[in-house]
Order: sequence, then structure tokens, then C-alpha cells
Amino acid sequence: MAAGTALEAMTMATAQEIAAEEFSAVVTKHRPQIFRFLLSSTRDVDLAETLTQECFLKAHRHWGSFRGESSAMTWLMRIAINLQKDHWRNRRLQFWRKTRTNAVELDEASDWLPSGERSVEQQLLARERVAQVGKSVEGLSERQRTVFLLRYVEELELSEIARATGLNEGTVKAHLSRALARVRGELGGKR
Amino acid sequence: MSFKDKTDAVSVVGEELSPELDLALREFRQSVHAWSEAAYSQPRTAVATGRRKQVWRLAAGWALSGVLIAGVVSTGVWEHHRQEMRMAAARVAEYERLAAEQRNQQARQEDEDLLAKVDSDVSRGVPSAMEPLAQMMAEDEAK
Repeated sequence: MAAGTALEAMTMATAQEIAAEEFSAVVTKHRPQIFRFLLSSTRDVDLAETLTQECFLKAHRHWGSFRGESSAMTWLMRIAINLQKDHWRNRRLQFWRKTRTNAVELDEASDWLPSGERSVEQQLLARERVAQVGKSVEGLSERQRTVFLLRYVEELELSEIARATGLNEGTVKAHLSRALARVRGELGGKR
Repeated sequence: MSFKDKTDAVSVVGEELSPELDLALREFRQSVHAWSEAAYSQPRTAVATGRRKQVWRLAAGWALSGVLIAGVVSTGVWEHHRQEMRMAAARVAEYERLAAEQRNQQARQEDEDLLAKVDSDVSRGVPSAMEPLAQMMAEDEAK
């Protein structure tokens, strides 16, 4: 009886160790991507880092309930999207907080555009295009923006976006189409 | 469909992507990735700052503890010193009281001795002093 209890305790400890190792591997693998998605959504490095930490904290708490029905990345992305949603909701309530102290306009993301083998003029044009897309993305609705970023920045498949957002594929397609139309329209208007 | 190295002209939503839009989306993705990679190193600095903060907090904690311990010890020492002083003062006061009592007793003794001496002198002197008076009284009676 006692030997059985000791064995159970050892098995539980081993299972916990394995779970901790698995979770650690998940963090290492997906943290940059989650951070990137939150950064492109919030355009605030500090906020993106905070939300990323919250995301993994939440994931850690519920790691035991993760059944692996979707990929860990989709599951994490879903948590990140919900955290981001909560953040925007709070921001809407605190409408008087108009100024973002640490926010970086997405235009500045264009500063990070790899120069490649382009001429200075081409680089300037590319920066302008990136800034324009950024501005268009900023004008999208929250859902359209999420879907757009997941598709065109994170390169997720429609089915993955659907799982991460909790929408069906048709709705995802519709949001994506509208977002794309808006970006296209604004880019076209610019030229 | 991947944007990594190919610019497919058809989006997942089944719409034709113009080369311009495709290029713009690709550049946008590249810039966000590069920005994110650069920013991703920042949180590690923040962690280091956090650690530094922790070290400072630890040092401040130790310093505060030191000050508290020093305060407690010095208060104890001061209290002990005050008690010693009080006891010494009590001892001195007791000694002075005893000395004063002794002095008073001595003075009382001296007074008593003096009075006793005066009394004996007077008692010895009175009979001779009374003699002429007694003689006069005896003469009057004879008459």
C-alpha cells in the first residue's frame, strides 16, 4: 500500500517534470512569434512584452488542461488575442488616455525594413509603402486587424486563424477580404 | 501560400493580388519581423534591469536591516547605560543620606555632651553661689 503511494507520488513528480519541460520548450519556440503578433497589434514594445508575459503565465496555469486538439501555437495565439482584446476594451473605457507614452507608430516599423540590395530611392519608396500599409492597418476594425496580421504577418493558414480567433473560416475570409480591400484602396489612393 | 520568397499573386481569399499590393504586404511583413526581432532583445535588457533592481532591493534590504539592528543594539546599550547611571545615582544618594544621618547623629551627640557638661558645671556651681543667700537667711532667722 505504502509502496503503491510512493510509486504514485514518483509518477506524479515525473509527470510534472515532463510537463514543465514541455512547457519550457513551447515557450522557447513560440515566444518570439507571440511577441511579434502582440507588437504588431499594439505597436507598443513594453505593452507587447507585458502581454506576452501574461499570455505565457496564463498558458502555464492552464497547461494541464491543454489537450493538444489544436497546435500549441494556435492555443497560445488564442490566449494572446483575448488578452489583446481585453486591453483594447480597457483602452476604450479609458478613452481619455489618448496619448500612448511608449507607443511607437507603425510608421517607425518601416525603419526596420531590411535594405537588401535596393538603391536609396527604392528603400525610401519601400519605407513609404510600409508606412502606408501600417496606417491602413491602424484604421481597420479590431477583428479585421487581428485577422490581417495573423495572415499577412504571421502567415497562418485560414484554418489556424479560425481556430485562434474562434471564428469560422467563412467569417475569417470575409474579414480578410474587407481588410485587404481597405489596404489596397489606401495604397491605390496614395499612388 | 507563403510570403517568404514567393509573391503569389492570389491571396487566400481568392482575390487577385496586384504586384504592388503583394510587394507592399511582403515589405510590411519583413519590417514587422525585423522590428520585432530588434525589440525582442529589449525585454532581456528589462529582465537584467529587473535583476539589477532586485540586487539594489536586496542591498537596500540588508542596509535597512543593518540600520535596524544597529538601532536596536544601540537602544539596548543606551538603556543599559541609563540604568547603570540611575543605579549609580541611587548609590550616591544613599551614601550621601547615610553620611548626612551620621553627621546629624554626631552633631546631636555633641549637643547632648555639651548640655550634659553645662548641667554638671551648673550643678556644681550653684551650692557655693547660694551660700551668701543661705547665710543671710540664717541671720534673719536668728534676729
